[in-house]
Formats: sequence, structure tokens, C-alpha cells
Amino acid sequence: MAVIEPILNRKTRQRVEAQIESGGINLANEIFKWSLLASLLFSLLVLGVLVYDVVTDSWPVFADRLDVFLANPTRTSAEESGVFQGLRGTFWIGVFVIILTFPLGIAATVYLEEYANDTWLTRLINVNIRNLAGVPSVVYGILGFTIFVSLLDGVLGDSELSRGNTTTAGGLTLAILALPVVIITSSEAIRAVPDSLREAAYGVGATKWEVIKSHILPYAAPGILTGTLLSLARALGEAAPLILVGAVQGKLGPRTGFFGLSQLGEKFTAMPIVITDLAKQPGAEWQPITAAAIVILLVVVLTFNAAAVLLRNRFEGKREG
Amino acid sequence: MTAAVLPDGSGSPDDLLAGNAGRRVREKIVQASVTVAALTSILITIGIVGSLVYRAGQFMLALTNPSETDLEEARGPIGLGNLWSDQWAPRFFEFDMKTLLVGSIIVTLVAMLVATPLGLGAAVYLSEYANRRVRKILKPVLEVLAGIPSVVLGFFALRWISPNLVQKIFDAEGQSLLAAGLGVGLLTIPLVASISEDAMRAVPDSLREASAGLGARNKTTTLAVVLPAAVSGLVAAFIVATSRAIGETMVVFLAAGASGNSAQFTVNPLERGSTMTAAMASQASGTDGTISPLSFNSLFFVGFVLFVITLVLNLIADRFVRRVRQSY
Repeated sequence: MAVIEPILNRKTRQRVEAQIESGGINLANEIFKWSLLASLLFSLLVLGVLVYDVVTDSWPVFADRLDVFLANPTRTSAEESGVFQGLRGTFWIGVFVIILTFPLGIAATVYLEEYANDTWLTRLINVNIRNLAGVPSVVYGILGFTIFVSLLDGVLGDSELSRGNTTTAGGLTLAILALPVVIITSSEAIRAVPDSLREAAYGVGATKWEVIKSHILPYAAPGILTGTLLSLARALGEAAPLILVGAVQGKLGPRTGFFGLSQLGEKFTAMPIVITDLAKQPGAEWQPITAAAIVILLVVVLTFNAAAVLLRNRFEGKREG
Repeated sequence: MTAAVLPDGSGSPDDLLAGNAGRRVREKIVQASVTVAALTSILITIGIVGSLVYRAGQFMLALTNPSETDLEEARGPIGLGNLWSDQWAPRFFEFDMKTLLVGSIIVTLVAMLVATPLGLGAAVYLSEYANRRVRKILKPVLEVLAGIPSVVLGFFALRWISPNLVQKIFDAEGQSLLAAGLGVGLLTIPLVASISEDAMRAVPDSLREASAGLGARNKTTTLAVVLPAAVSGLVAAFIVATSRAIGETMVVFLAAGASGNSAQFTVNPLERGSTMTAAMASQASGTDGTISPLSFNSLFFVGFVLFVITLVLNLIADRFVRRVRQSY
């Protein structure tokens, strides 16, 4: 009742009565509707301008020197520069997220949704995770700098190759940054699993883990996959934490192959950092290569994102129907 | 209980229900590992707070008890007064916090002026006006827009918004806090839209039907019924977006135009400036090893202030979000 009452207050009633009496097309109504649509379309228009801008700018690079662009490191001349090391760093960050964040995030979700009782500790963990999701990414960089860079500094020693600001430090930092995204999205998925499923499984004598493994996780799989894809996209697009961790802006020293494991202990860079560096170059000749780097990052990040959104919508639709 | 032996002669039902030893051990192992995984999140927070407090503390100590070398290098005295001057220039021991705070406030204000009406408008359209088909197409597009990396919008603010909008319309010279704020605003529109839309969708249809039954138009229903009913969710959306805008780094780092981690105090959005986040990023990218620990640790002090501000905002937003969940 408390919700209904405000609607019946006098002001609203007067407004409604006035509307019934006036009849016909209400101009204010139409304007309201179209301005709402306009605000939605504006955001999409901006996206359009942005994409058009970077694609046209980057076209010369993709058309004329794609091989150089993909295979070369950053050089002093824009024509010979490439994003090899940025791609390599971003690939390895993805590996860290997949190996660490996915299992850790899913395990934490399983604990929170299936094992935890409603104690102060559980509530603390829940509030804590929601807050972690809102911590500015640059602050994760501080964590990465203090713990991973200094820690790895101690392990690897102060050599020419590494002063702690390695691929490993960057990967670990972003893996942690992506963790709350996985947990929050997967929690929703597991919460949506109907209790009848659990009860049926327990009824035939399954243990808790068997129920989780063969009923809950498969049922929640699309939602969990959505969460993991979103977290991956988030991690691959982040630049600020990497700056704090000490990702190399500018030219990067010795060159290890794309999959070479030795780079885990070497200095690194990643696509968002390469873009930051290129965007700061003053000359106009750097514009095409910057735009090309952006197009590549956008394709990677938006693919994961779009896959996540489509996956969720598809399964949501199916279960509702 | 009587131990009824099964046809194949293998123990009582009680034994069977308890499972064999292997099964029980596996259960214990699984439970232990998922518990550890959940506790990691607490560890992360402790790590963040610990590293911030430790280094920010070192900064405050060095500021109140400056070392000989710092005193030699500094132009003037070193003390708490250095936190309140007229510029942010850690290299010269000028740590004016109000330069960064005001910079952050300007950028956030501009961002929210852009993101609140546009995000809310988009959310109202999607939730109250769009038919199923339109919604099915436009909502995912908006969600994908939310995934655009901030460094891309930073580049966009630097190379497109700044020269094509800000410099032409407002006659600003070069980069400005305004351009950065507009970029951050674009970044936060999808966030505002998505949380607001969730809040409005949580309003039960019976309310809309009651309103329509009284003869109200769609606009009246939206303004007088749906929005008031969803207000805590909308407030949450606004606060979350504000927190996000304050914490946004790359757009400001690229587009606000502070060079070499120094910024003059300004309240004019058309001037160059810096924010807390951008100052941290600049400080970290300029580490050439020659800089005094006092200057370098200012990064952590700023980080600590930033963390506290966003933490408070997030906790408030969390309150509002939970109120939405409970009410219907």
C-alpha cells in the first residue's frame, strides 16, 4: 500500500484529469518521447563517429603495411613502427586472467552461493567484493606495484632485463582487477539455478560437490561464461594499472618471441599502453598507426564483450520462454 | 537403527548414504579450496589498503621530518604546508592537494552533466517506450559501448573532442579539463543507463497498469509513477557513475593536458589541469630513478585519498542498490 498511495495524491490526479479532458496528440508527450530516443541515439552516434574516425585514419596502415605493423616493435619512425610487443603483452595478460581469474572467481562464487551460511564473514566477503568492483583501476596498479613488482624484484634480482616490472607483475595485477567481475556475474547465474534442481540431485544421494559439478555449474554455465568474457575484456582494455606497474611506454628492449616463456621475467608493454604512447606522439604521421592500434584493441575487446552480451541475452530469453 | 543388509550384502543404508571415504575426503577438499578462493578477496583488499597506508604513511613521515637531501633540493621549507600551495609539482615538493581535488571535481561534474541526462534518457526510453524488437537491438549495442576501453575514449577526447568541439565552441587553447570531462562523460553514459534501466525494470507492471487505468499518458506514468518508484536505483546509478568518473584515469591522463606531472591550480575547465588519477599515472610514468622518495611517495598519498573517496561513494551506492532489491 505504501507504494500505491503516492500515486493517488492530488497533484497526479489533477494532471491525469487534465490529460483526459485535453485529448488528441499531446505535444509535450511527443517531445518527451523523442528527446528520450535522441539521448539514446546520441550515445550510439558518438560510437559511430569514433569508429568511423579510427577506421578511416587507420586505413593506410591496414592497406599498405599490415605485415610491418604487426611484426615490428615501436620504432623512431612511424612508417616502420608496429605493435608486436603490445599484442604479445596483451596476449599474456589474457593468459594470466584465464589461468588465475577464471578458476579463482568461479570457486569463490561457488563458495558464496552454495557453501556459505549467512554469517558476518559471508556478508563481509560480499560487501568487500562489491567494493572491489568499484575500486578505481589505477589503485589496483598501486597494489601491483607494491606487492608484485617489489616481490618479484626480490625473486629475480635487479638485473638489466627486469626490475620487477615484468609481464608476470602486469598479468597478476590485471588478473586481480578482473576477479570481482567474474564473481559478481557468476553469482547472478548461480542464484538463478532453481532449487528444484538441487533438491532432485540431493534426493538421489548426490554429495554437495556432485550437485555443484553435474547440475549447478552446467546449468549456470552460460551466465558464468558471460562473466568470464566480460572480465577478460575488462582486463585487456585497462591501461592505468599497467602504467603504475611499470609497463614500458615507448621503445622496449630485447625481443622475445610471441610465445617465449622467458618474457614472464622481462619488461613488457600491452596494447592499451602502446596506444597511450602513440597518442602522445606530436607528429601527424603517428595518427594512422595510433588509429590502427586502437582498431585492433577495439576488435579484441568488443568481440569478447559482444559475445558475453549475446550469450546472456540468448539464454535469458530461452529460459523465460 | 537396525542394520538392514542390502540384497548384495554390502552394508546398511546408513553407510551408503554417508558415502565412502574417498567421497567424503573429496567433499572436504572441495569445500576447503572454495573457501580459500573466497577469502582471497579479503586478502586483496588487505593488500590494497596495506600498500596504500604503508607508503602514504612514509610520505607523511618524510613530509613532517624532511631528510637533509630533500631540504637541500627544495626551494622552500618542507612541511604539511606543502600540501596546500598553488600547484601540483611533486618534483619541486609542491603537493597542493586542492589542485588535484578541484581538477577531479571539475572533470566529474562535466562528466555527470553529460552522462546523467543522456544515460537516464536512454534508460527511460529502453524501459518505458521501446517495443521489444527495438529494445532487443539497442540494449546490447549500449552494453557493448560500455566495454570500450577508456584509453580509446582518451584518444578520442584528445584528437576529436578537444579540437573539434571544445576549441571551436569555447575558444579554449589546446587541451583542457573540459575535453577530458566530456570524454569521461561519454564513458559513463552506458553505466548510468544500465543501472537506471535495471532500477526501472524492477518497478512492477501493476503500478504502470494502475496509472494507465487512471487515464495517465505514458509520460505521466513515467514521470509521476515509475521514476519516483525507482528513485533509489537511480540515485545508486548516479553515485556509482560519479565514483567511476572520479576514478577514471586514462581519459584525463591523455586529454587534460597536464605536462610532466605538474599542474597549476585552476577552477577554469577550459584550462589545462590534472586530477588525482592523472597525477598518479604521470608520476608513475616519469620514474627515472632520480626523483626523491618523498616526491615519488606522493603518488600513494593521492591514491589513498582517492581510495577513501571512492570507497565512501561505493558504500553509499551499495545501500541504495540493496534498497531496490528489497522493496519489491
